[in-house]
Amino acid sequence: MSAVDATTDGLAAPKRLKRRVAWWKSAWFDVVQFVLLSGLLIWITWRGAASMDYRWQWYRLPRYFYRVIDGELIWGPLINGLFVTLEIAAWGMVLTLIIGLITAILRLSESVGGRVLAKVYLESIRNTPLLVQVSIFYFVLQPILGINNPLWTGILCLAFFEGSFASEIIRAGINSVHRGQWEASTSIGLSKTKTYLYVILPQAIPLMLPPMTGTLINLIKHSAILSFVAVFELTTEARNMIGDTFMSFEVWFVVGPMYLVLTISLSTLVGWLERRVRRHR
Amino acid sequence: MARNTGDNAMIRLEGVSKWFGNFRALCDVDLTVDQGERVVICGPSGSGKSTLIRCINRLEEHESGRIVVDGIVMDDDTKHIADIRAEVGMVFQQFNLFPHLSVLENCTLGPMKARGIGRAEAQKLAMEYLEKVHIPEQAGKFPSQLSGGQQQRVAIARSLCMTPKVMLFDEPTSALDPEMIKEVLDVMIELAETGMTMICVTHEMGFAKTVADKMIFMDAGQIVEAATPADFFSNPKSERTKLFLSQILSH
Repeated sequence: MSAVDATTDGLAAPKRLKRRVAWWKSAWFDVVQFVLLSGLLIWITWRGAASMDYRWQWYRLPRYFYRVIDGELIWGPLINGLFVTLEIAAWGMVLTLIIGLITAILRLSESVGGRVLAKVYLESIRNTPLLVQVSIFYFVLQPILGINNPLWTGILCLAFFEGSFASEIIRAGINSVHRGQWEASTSIGLSKTKTYLYVILPQAIPLMLPPMTGTLINLIKHSAILSFVAVFELTTEARNMIGDTFMSFEVWFVVGPMYLVLTISLSTLVGWLERRVRRHR
Repeated sequence: MARNTGDNAMIRLEGVSKWFGNFRALCDVDLTVDQGERVVICGPSGSGKSTLIRCINRLEEHESGRIVVDGIVMDDDTKHIADIRAEVGMVFQQFNLFPHLSVLENCTLGPMKARGIGRAEAQKLAMEYLEKVHIPEQAGKFPSQLSGGQQQRVAIARSLCMTPKVMLFDEPTSALDPEMIKEVLDVMIELAETGMTMICVTHEMGFAKTVADKMIFMDAGQIVEAATPADFFSNPKSERTKLFLSQILSH
């Protein structure tokens, strides 16, 4: 590798020049702009609320998170709703990935029946509104299949919905691994399953991670639609609270950020995972 | 399973044909390769050289004719396909190393996952073959950190780790920079000296003269000429072979 060394030695990297940045391009001006803009938005909201005589009652909010009665901690409806949303998200993700993987493998398989089944599922789910699907699951499939738990009906419905998107991501990821990898793997004697497991998926998963994160975030966001069918998740609890207290501004201002915390934590986690997986590239 | 039936043939192709759509890539090809024999296949691009050797380990499926490798008949039985692949190693033009695995892991994957050999033993085996291709010091690196020549040598070691009886080379030096071709050919010559049965698709005529027991010239899916290197280079019989040789040997 002496040829390579010679060229890197010969050309010393040029010293990085200190650039003079115009004040309107500098970082502190960015921050000032951001603060001004946020201030403006808050002021508009506050003025709007004032002009319609909205009475802010933030002080009433904490007891909807938790209460301490006789030294015992009792979670309020917002936290209970958050737990249900988390439960939907956790089971939903597992099922989404399983359904997605099975559908992707069916679509890539040589079985005609499998491919048709996967395609019919995919097209019917992707091309109908989620709200219609939730209604079909809740009002039609739930009584037919005898599921007497709206939470699980909801989880299944969401998993089938997001699973269709996940399967396309998985299929694209698998297809993007070069054909030569299959050939090399089978020529050293690995079976189809082992080739998937040790050669194809390890290369495909890092490619799938960014779009898959989007699908899983959609799963969390779409769980709010289950408030339509008596699943007591975060949005349902919020709507019930507003019905009781009429504090619609405060409640939605709190519930929005609660979803944000969930989705941003998830994408941060996946981002970290992605950097770990890609370390050796 | 009927193993060697008296004669010394390792690979036997009888009337093998293969179509890609309407294009006939192989046309009634007959070929016998004896144990320990080194065969070099050359010919213009699109003549079916690669297709021919890819049929031997079922990377391509032949549509008619018969392929027998070490007494095992190649048919749709997955057991037979697996048995044949276990005996046939292959080296590709584009190396096809596993980019997510280190050099050592590239070499141990087959023995560990296809053969069920333990990690320690597989690593010992891998290091042995990495030494044979002269790059044991690269064992911990990833394929992307190696030069093309080094990558191709790792690919050869990876195949050898499955202790095959036959090695197929599909234009192993065509994707390499000129100064790296020699290091790969040297390894292949050393391998030939161990008595390995080899079929090489290559245009490296110097290599062919050194190691080949038999030269094969293909055109339009057919074997046009098969001869010893001495006859092949000094006294080619067909006009097509003469033209091809004059074109690749003229400069």
